[in-house]
Amino acid sequence: MPLDSNIDPATHKFNLVGTRPLRPDGVDKVTGRAKFGADANAPGMLVGKILRSPHPHARIRSINTAKAAKLPGVKAIVTAADFKEGKRALRDVLCNVMARGKALYDGHAVAAVAATSASVARKALKLIQVDYEILPHVTDVDEAMKPGAPLLHDDMITAHVDPAPKKPSNVAARCEFGHGDPEVGFKQADVVIERSFRTEATHQGYIEPHACLASMGMDGQGELWVCTQGHYMVRNTCAALLGMDVSKLRVTASEIGGGFGGKTTVFIEPVALALSRKAGKPVKIVMSREEVFRASGPTSSSSMDVKIGVTKAGRITGALAEIRMQGGAFAGAPVELGAMSAFACYDLEHVKSVGWDVVTNRPKQAAYRAPGAPMVAFAVESVLDELARKIGMDPIELRLKNAAKEGTQSSYGPKYNRIGLRQCLEATRNHPHYTAPLGPNEGRGVAAGFWFNFGGQTCVSLNINIDGTVALAVGTPDIGGSRASMCMIAAEELGIPYDKVRAIVADTSSLGYNDISEGSRVTFSTGLATIQAARDAIGKLCARAAKTWGISPEAVVWENGHAKPSSPNAGDFAPLSLADIAKKAGNTGGPIAGHFEVNADGAGVSFAIHLADAAVDPETGRVQIKRYTVIQDAGKAVHPSYVEGQFQGGAVQGIGWALNEEYVYGKDGRLQNAGFLDYRIPVASDLPMIDTVIVEVPNPGHPYGVRGVGETSIVPPLAAIANAVSAAADVRLTELPMSPPRVLKAIDGKAAGKARR
Amino acid sequence: MRYEAPTTINAAVKLLAGKAGQARVLAGGTDLLVQMRTDRVAPDLIVDVKRIPAMRAIAAKSGGFRIGAAVSGAELGANKALRKAWPGVVEAANLIGSTQIQSRATLAGNLCNASPAADSVPALVAAGASAAVAGPRGKRTVPVESIAVGPGKTSLKKGEIVEAIILPKRAPRSGDAYLRFIPRTEMDIAVVGAGVNLTLDSKGVCTAARVALGAVAERVILVPEAAAALVGTKVDAAALKRLAAAASAACRPIDDKRGTKEFRIKVAGVLARRAAETALKRAGGSK
Repeated sequence: MPLDSNIDPATHKFNLVGTRPLRPDGVDKVTGRAKFGADANAPGMLVGKILRSPHPHARIRSINTAKAAKLPGVKAIVTAADFKEGKRALRDVLCNVMARGKALYDGHAVAAVAATSASVARKALKLIQVDYEILPHVTDVDEAMKPGAPLLHDDMITAHVDPAPKKPSNVAARCEFGHGDPEVGFKQADVVIERSFRTEATHQGYIEPHACLASMGMDGQGELWVCTQGHYMVRNTCAALLGMDVSKLRVTASEIGGGFGGKTTVFIEPVALALSRKAGKPVKIVMSREEVFRASGPTSSSSMDVKIGVTKAGRITGALAEIRMQGGAFAGAPVELGAMSAFACYDLEHVKSVGWDVVTNRPKQAAYRAPGAPMVAFAVESVLDELARKIGMDPIELRLKNAAKEGTQSSYGPKYNRIGLRQCLEATRNHPHYTAPLGPNEGRGVAAGFWFNFGGQTCVSLNINIDGTVALAVGTPDIGGSRASMCMIAAEELGIPYDKVRAIVADTSSLGYNDISEGSRVTFSTGLATIQAARDAIGKLCARAAKTWGISPEAVVWENGHAKPSSPNAGDFAPLSLADIAKKAGNTGGPIAGHFEVNADGAGVSFAIHLADAAVDPETGRVQIKRYTVIQDAGKAVHPSYVEGQFQGGAVQGIGWALNEEYVYGKDGRLQNAGFLDYRIPVASDLPMIDTVIVEVPNPGHPYGVRGVGETSIVPPLAAIANAVSAAADVRLTELPMSPPRVLKAIDGKAAGKARR
Repeated sequence: MRYEAPTTINAAVKLLAGKAGQARVLAGGTDLLVQMRTDRVAPDLIVDVKRIPAMRAIAAKSGGFRIGAAVSGAELGANKALRKAWPGVVEAANLIGSTQIQSRATLAGNLCNASPAADSVPALVAAGASAAVAGPRGKRTVPVESIAVGPGKTSLKKGEIVEAIILPKRAPRSGDAYLRFIPRTEMDIAVVGAGVNLTLDSKGVCTAARVALGAVAERVILVPEAAAALVGTKVDAAALKRLAAAASAACRPIDDKRGTKEFRIKVAGVLARRAAETALKRAGGSK
């Protein structure tokens, strides 16, 4: 029988789920055969390049393209005038894609050319004359909130403030979550600690730059090949920006060299389409690394105040956070998610978090793995670490005493279903890492993290081939090994070997709408749809067997990849394999396929605990991570190697964010480090092996108990590492990144303070 | 843009001297090609010196070494005699970039790129290395520290090429070392660099020393005061402390994206001390 929804994933014996088969996309990727965004080519293709503002804030008085247009080889030039100002919801996207009236950050696109070669395109960009009126700028979140700060948008009135402000400001919106009254809670506390924290903006650091090839025909039909996490989103957005019918634009997603949330919006795609429409030829745009840093979407920088009170017995009595995030030149910093997740790990009576969404003269932020949560966890888990020290309690014990569990009213509203935080904390306490001895100048940090996870709109088609193999079409670009896990899930349901199923990411005209691969949703929701599509196909396979045998379809069951009569009473027939039925499909009713469409609900939240050992060089402030362990609830790990990979990847990105990654702006408002040399993501030799422990507390919202795992793993590292560094250096670090100059200053400041005393 | 790959030094000099407009020498190209790709330079002429046989060789010279301008970092690292005599110079050169970069990057290129943060240069300056310069008016040999005059600027005249780096004969009981500070473990640019070279007598007393610092001024600097702190001592803790103080005092750094003034000044002293400790060990002294 197919697994029904009521199986207990903890005890059910799976054939494939939980094993570690080879990934189907592996050979192509290691041999270079895989086609990434920049690998798309078309006959007659032109090269598109974008002119970008060198100023962080400037009014565009005029753009003169006449000289550039005359350059031989230039086939099209576009500016904001080539895009229609459409629906308000898309206005910010449009203004970000091509500056309209004002350039709002260093790197903001102001014009684009398509030419017969890259060198002609580059020359043409130099011939475009833009008359700028330079305006005062602001790049810091706290500065941008001050009265009198340079104003980005004349019409920005802070939303959700009562009464509504009369004057515009750089504050797009306020949000608030919680219950009870923290002030009442603080009165019940024995110890209250309040601290302020800051984090710098970081980039997802995907290795593959944004790239696309656009081809618009004379008949108004378009094709786009693009590296993205969501090709349906690209289709819908581009069609709206270019005034096309959705049906006339077909988008194919390439292999993806990293996204981490950064490829969940459009930057170059509408520009390439507009250039192609104007030139009448295909146009390819590939961002340079510098463009990726200056003009794609890093995450927000933040400034936060956190106040928490505890009793000597370790009970948190009150918790309060005020969070300010700048999300670049347009509204949409992930502060709401940050404020919602701030205290989500804990069962609290009095809790409140307030968030402020602020605009500055920086590139518009894009999602970055658990958007908003890592920086807030840094602040909250740092204060908890300090409180544990103050009351002399083990930091895991303190968290266990307050851990949210099934039935807890979360700080952001809903009551939790079955969750695995306690199990993660206990697994951490029992892990040998937790009690391993530390060397000189080393410190250990622990921190908890939470992420919501997401379901969303999903559909899947599963076609049974004539030879008994299976073609699985999904609509969620594979950013974390999902083709492997979808093949495993389909094979598990159908009762056939893993290598008999081949999964592809279908283009937008071949399969119905799918939400973006984001929110840790793919294994959960595409997996759920794959299970249901397989069950749909099994129903049809059984019906074909019934027809062959001349018995009722209800009298047929599916077992181990075969249709069988449900009992001797139903008839005496030899079981028919999937291949047997597939071979005869033409004679029994035609092709056999399973489908499923859903707006998936029930994505279970997930929790993680990270353990970090850091060594600090007291003379240089240099930090080295010596040991690192991730403990996270996966619900049910479909392909444990990929789950471990997600755990490790989140930890590694967190290590970069905590220690050295940052957007550095000069006084002139220009980005100083738009490249991997001075934007320092960790290299392999910077890292210890990241150990992992998969905890499996099944999600009741999924047939196998799957929870998303892609994002939770980046939530605790900033705090875990800050706690480790603070312990090693014996001084509390409250600003990220903890780069050597900052750590050394803190160490020297502590020494100077002691000398004064 | 014209590309030439002459096979003699005279032909290379003639090409460079005769060209109006911007001419650049291509050795490993690990700086030049990056600068061209990012639109920072657009030379009219590129003279590739890798086809000139003498430029590709490491030769013994008066008890020391003559390292051709196109010898790669990987080739330096594979030369046992060089590694034994000048471990500090070789480790400095081998710190540059990645394995791939090492198969191309050269000492002379690192010197002539004139970056204040060049890794091999403090080690060469500490070693007392000189540069053999060929030009339209003949050949001359100058101390390496006289080549760079500021970021990206050299004292070389039009048509001149550094054809080799010359490392002197080693006295017994000598050792050198180079250390750089980077936030990462590799693939990075020095925030501070320190090269130390010293010689001991049979009693373990330091008779000669040279100390050079990178990334703390507009060019790599030789710090005689820091060296003086070691000479006449057994390179003990007190001498090392004076060395560190002198090194810090010699710094005139800037605040930038890679580090603050304050940080560079302090860490220059720390690195000079640590490099001296390694050099001492290599010279057979003990601490």
